[in-house]
Amino acid sequence: MTSKLLAGQDVEVDPEGFLVDASQWNKDVASAIAKEEGIDDLTGQHMQVINFMRSEYMAKGTAPNIRLLGKTSGVTVKELYQLFPKGPAKLAAKIAGIPKPHGCI
Amino acid sequence: MSDPIEKVSIIISKGSLEGVYPGLIMANGARAEGIEANLFFTFFGMDAIHRKHWSKMKVATVGNPGMHIPTVVGGIPGMSAMATKMMSKKIEKLDFPSIPEFVEMISDTGAGIYACLASADLFGYTKDDLVDQVQGIITVGEFYDIAAGGQIIFT
Repeated sequence: MTSKLLAGQDVEVDPEGFLVDASQWNKDVASAIAKEEGIDDLTGQHMQVINFMRSEYMAKGTAPNIRLLGKTSGVTVKELYQLFPKGPAKLAAKIAGIPKPHGCI
Repeated sequence: MSDPIEKVSIIISKGSLEGVYPGLIMANGARAEGIEANLFFTFFGMDAIHRKHWSKMKVATVGNPGMHIPTVVGGIPGMSAMATKMMSKKIEKLDFPSIPEFVEMISDTGAGIYACLASADLFGYTKDDLVDQVQGIITVGEFYDIAAGGQIIFT
């Protein structure tokens, strides 16, 4: 676990760069993580997915997988891969400041 | 750390439920990690992309020691259907997609889906027999072109 300066704020991250404490997250932190992952501009659709991931995580304690995201977030699997080309579930979780989704599907 | 895998091509050659799922899970998992993925269906594996067969794939109860039932029992009519029903229920409980839904989803992730020309010729299948997600019926040479620069996994 290391401390990292994101958007002028000290946050705790794991070795893969996922936030350890979801409460240290805010929109500026999200933008900073997104930039590091090659997404320069978080659009409304990006934020729709990110906010959905956060609310699911807060409610259930786990991040939704790609199949669930495609079915329930209002953004299709195809669009998810256009928004987050390097792996939607993983990347959206990282930007949303929640742990990496765990599971094989 | 070793170099990350950036591209995989997965060959699915078996026409049973347990023969098809691993390749689909690996392809979907690759895309989820941002890895480029291609699926190549050959021989009986082509059932998974056949319009009439993809929703009717069964578990093999004969010649499958992992089932832990004697071959003579596995051969009783209806055994494969029963084992398939049981496994499908478990799969659904785990919230795994069915084979048709899985193939559709993998196609939506941007993975390439191809059928083998030799197998299509052998079974007399044309593009019309195969589901819309299939991008082409290709030769082994074309497969190697598509797979170039990545890892190849045979299942």
